[in-house]
Order: sequence, then structure tokens, then C-alpha cells
Amino acid sequence: MLRRLLNNFRWSVLPVPGRVIAIVFFVALFIFPLITADTYYLYILTISNLLVIFAVSWDLLSGYSGQVNFGHALFFGVSAYSVALLNKYFGLQPWATIPIGTLVATGVGVLTCFPALRLRGPYLSLLTMAFPLMLLGLVMAFKDWTGGEFGIPGLPDLAGSKVAEYYICLIVMTISVLIMWKLTDAGSKYVRTGLIFHAIREDEIAARASGINTIKYKILAFVIGGFFAGLAGALYAHILGTVGLSSLSMVMSFRAIIYVVFGGIVSIYGAVVGVYTLQTLLQFLGVGGTTFVGEHQILIMAIIVILILLFMPEGVAVWVRDKIERECPRCKLSNAAWRKECRACSANLR
Amino acid sequence: MTLVTGGVYALLAIGFSLIFGNARVINLAHTGFFMLAAYGLWYFMRQLGIDTVWAILITVPSVTALGILAYRYLINPIREHHAAVLLMTIALAMVFQEMMEWIFSSLYWAVPALIPGFTEILGVRVLNQHLLTLAIVAAVIVIVWLILAKTKLGIALRATAQDAEVANLMGISVPRTLMITMGIATALAAVAAVAVAPIWTIHPTMWTPPLVMIMVVVVLGGLGSVKGAIIGAFIIALVEVLVSTLMPSYAYLKVVFAILAMVIVLSVRPGGLFGVIFEEERL
Repeated sequence: MLRRLLNNFRWSVLPVPGRVIAIVFFVALFIFPLITADTYYLYILTISNLLVIFAVSWDLLSGYSGQVNFGHALFFGVSAYSVALLNKYFGLQPWATIPIGTLVATGVGVLTCFPALRLRGPYLSLLTMAFPLMLLGLVMAFKDWTGGEFGIPGLPDLAGSKVAEYYICLIVMTISVLIMWKLTDAGSKYVRTGLIFHAIREDEIAARASGINTIKYKILAFVIGGFFAGLAGALYAHILGTVGLSSLSMVMSFRAIIYVVFGGIVSIYGAVVGVYTLQTLLQFLGVGGTTFVGEHQILIMAIIVILILLFMPEGVAVWVRDKIERECPRCKLSNAAWRKECRACSANLR
Repeated sequence: MTLVTGGVYALLAIGFSLIFGNARVINLAHTGFFMLAAYGLWYFMRQLGIDTVWAILITVPSVTALGILAYRYLINPIREHHAAVLLMTIALAMVFQEMMEWIFSSLYWAVPALIPGFTEILGVRVLNQHLLTLAIVAAVIVIVWLILAKTKLGIALRATAQDAEVANLMGISVPRTLMITMGIATALAAVAAVAVAPIWTIHPTMWTPPLVMIMVVVVLGGLGSVKGAIIGAFIIALVEVLVSTLMPSYAYLKVVFAILAMVIVLSVRPGGLFGVIFEEERL
């Protein structure tokens, strides 16, 4: 078993630069608290990890299965608010609130399907964009329960120390990203969802004609997207200790989209790259909010998005991958760009 | 109030609907231009002390020019992917918002009424400003309708909306038509801002509430249909005013009701009330 894993690592990870970078990145994240125990940096990375889950779940729903959802904050906010309400009125602790919040978000995902399944294209995007705004209206209307614009403060911490919280979020993030990556892997031998999501996005009628129950799989996409976004929202509520209107706002929905488009849509790693470049890097640069970058974060993010859309529409991560990797024309394995021959079938790569 | 709010929504929604119908572009920056025009008017009138008429004459064309430039250089290259367009336009709106916040700070400003005083109609005092707003809205709607129905340009616009490829074959320059459409749409947004700036307060986030409302209006009336946009605008404005007068403590629910109306209409008729259901674009 271990030997097979080691062999796998040696022959299919080491020769491909993209995979090496991914492994190095995750190892670096796991040993990060050993390097510095500064709570500010740990906090930033914890939030980033949750945003990764959020962005990747958007990519799964909208990038892979093509149901372009412009109100992904709905799942995030519903989960965060239900966590906060459960804690405030029933005194439940994180071990109970997080699963319930996630389930509520999943249920909301199913409910969204009923109007969403009838629509496609721009109508769907506009409709989904409206849902979190509707909920915002409700939150503001019932201020006595939800706290209105002040939100619900005073939620208990996830764990005793910042380092423990960091590790919980990091492990949850790694597992969620792995699960979603497997679910969307079109070449997988065990799960068919990846291939079916691709088929639905490319041509729904053709997919239905080949005997795929597209309705079932669209609902499944909403459920998975809602589940992981809800998970992120529930953890976020406990990390922040307070739930406010921002978790439901349009900006929150667009953050997920901006990260994914920046990194590269329809690629799980693109979302990770997007969050870690835009969110983490900008946070590190804008420590304290006094520098230029700190004050004009949204402006910079918006300008970056415009430039990316114009000049690098496939996303930064995909662009970089295409520079350092090349697919073998004969056996479709990816190779480092500087190799002359394919590592498996020794076909000429130049 | 219904009429005033409805009129403003109608102006914004017509522009939004035109640009969607012709270029298949959902321009989320539409109310961003609206906000820019309101700021421009305020800046020229209050900061520089320019005469009202001149301020309007400077603001509207410059915002229109900005809209055309944004279309030409930012939206046109990625027009084929509608998700990318949505993202681009929302990013553009955010840039506008942040720029205005940067330059003018996030305070609330007000423009004085273009004509002061009030008139009594059927025993109700109506502000002259509201009447002026209504007059502007009515005049603009008639002008747009005349352009669309009677002129050669209007025929070109409608032909492009129906089938861009065939319109191209008939000798209509589609890219130019689309740019003109964008110009008209932004000009409408700017005029709406001029009409409404004295009534609403001006601040950098003033573009989001009307954006939500016109989205509801346009989806309700059917994307791409001008008639639908006008009727939808008045329905939604009626809902909004009813909610805020009947349940003043729950004024925030107006968005909820408006969106609920949209969801119901969409569930029954996925194309909206007067929707043009577009066939899949040919490859």
C-alpha cells in the first residue's frame, strides 16, 4: 500500500511541475504555524481556507455544471445565520450548530432548484442573484430577532486556541477540496458526476438525449454546492464570532466568482489560486488598512478582474499551467514543458 | 410617488432592456452610470456652481460617451460569454463606486430641486420637482418610442435585436448599431439620474437598490422587451409604494415582495410577461 503510494508519488507527481507546486503548497500550509504563531497571519489564512471552500463550491455548481449562480452567498449566509440563531436562542455549541447549519444550507440548495430548474442562461443568473437580496430584506425587516445591520455577535469560538482553529479549518478545507475535485474529475473511473456535469454544461439537450437524467444531476449540483458553501459559512460564523449582513451581501457572492475567474474557471485549483492571491496576498499587503492597498482593496480587485477578463480569459492558474506543462499528443499525459519526449510513451513533444 | 418611482425605474429598465435585447449583454453597470451622472450633476452644480442647464448638458453627454467607451473597449471583446459579461459589468460598477468614494468620500449629498415649490392637484400638494420628473420621464419614453418605431435607426436597432446575423446581411453595421444602443441606454440612465437626483440622496452605493429593482422589473416584463419594461416598472413601483405605506415598519420587505413577484411570474412564464424567448444563438 505504502509502496504503491510512494511509486505513484515518484512517477506521477514529481515529473509534473503543477502537481509538485500543489503538494509543496499544502505542506507549507500545514507547517505554517511552526514558522510563525502570529495570530493575525493565522487568522487571515483561516479565513482564506474557508473562502477556498466557498469559491470551489461555486466553481462546482457554476463552472462545472454550468448553472451560473450569482447568489452563492445565499448558502453561505443562510448557514451562518442559522448557526448564529441556534446558538443565540437554543444555546447550542459549535459541534451541533455546524452540522445543522450545513444541512439547512443544503436544504436551501434543494429549494432553490424549484425555480432554478425552469430557467437557464441569464434568467437563471438574475434569479439566483435576487435570492440573497430577498433574505437580506427579511433580515432587516425582523430586526428584533436577527439584529438587523448590527448582526448577531458573541458566538462561541470554534476551539480554544487560534492554532487549533487554523488546523480545523485547514483540514476541513483539504478534505472538501479533495472531495469536490474527485466529484468533478471527468476522467474518473469511480464517479460519473464529473463527466455528467461537463455534458450538462456543454449541451443539456444532448445530455438528456443520451439518457442522463439532467434534472437529477442539476439538483445534485445545487445540493453539493449548497452543502460546501454552507459548511464554509457555518465555520466562518464561529471563526468571526459574529454574523452580519455582509455574509449575505452581493459582494460576498461576487467574491467567490472573482476568485474563481481570476484563478481559472472550471478548474478546482484555479479557485484555490484565486483566493490565495487576491484575498491572502492583498490582506498581507494591506496590514492594518493604512496603506494604499489596504484602503482600496475592492477597487484593486475590480480592476484586476477587468484586466484578467480582457487579457487572460482562461484565468491565471490555467495560464501558468499551460506555460509549465504540456500535454502529450499521443497518450494525453501531462509533461513538464521543458521535456523533449513524453515521460510515458516517449513521443516527440516539440 | 408610484408614478415618480415607476417612471425612474421605467427609464432605467428601458435602457437595460434595450442593451440586453440588442447585444445580449446584461449590463449590471447600468445603474453605475446612473450614479455617475447623479454625481456629475451634483459636482457641476454644487462644487463648481455651474448653471443647472449647462450642468445637465455637460453631464449627460459625457456619461454617454463613457458608456460607449466602456462598451467598445471592455464589454465588446467578451460579449460572447454571458457570465464574463456579468462579471465585467459588476466589476466596472464596483470601480465606479470605489472611485466616487475615493474622490468624494462616502458622505450623503443632495442636489437642490431644479424648480422649487408645489402645485395643488385635486387637493393634494405635489412638489413641482416630482411633476418635472414625471414630465421628463414621459417625454423621454415618447422620444425613445418614436426613435424605435419611426426612424431608420430604430428599424436597424429592432432588426439587430431580432436577428443580428440577418441584420448584418441586410447591410446594417451590427457593431455600430450595438454601440449606438449602448449610447442610448447610458443616456437614458443619465437622464434618469438628472430627473431623480433632487429627490434621492447621492452616495457611492446608490446604484445597488435601483439595480435590484430594475432587474426585477426587466425580468418581470421579459428581457429585451421595451413595453414589458415600462409596465413592469409601474407594477414594481406600485408594490414598493404599497408595502412602504401599508407596513411602514417593515419597509425592508419591499425588496422581498418585489422579488417574490418576479419568482412567481418566472415560475409560471419563464420568459417574463412580454418576454421575447430567444432561440439558442447559432454557432
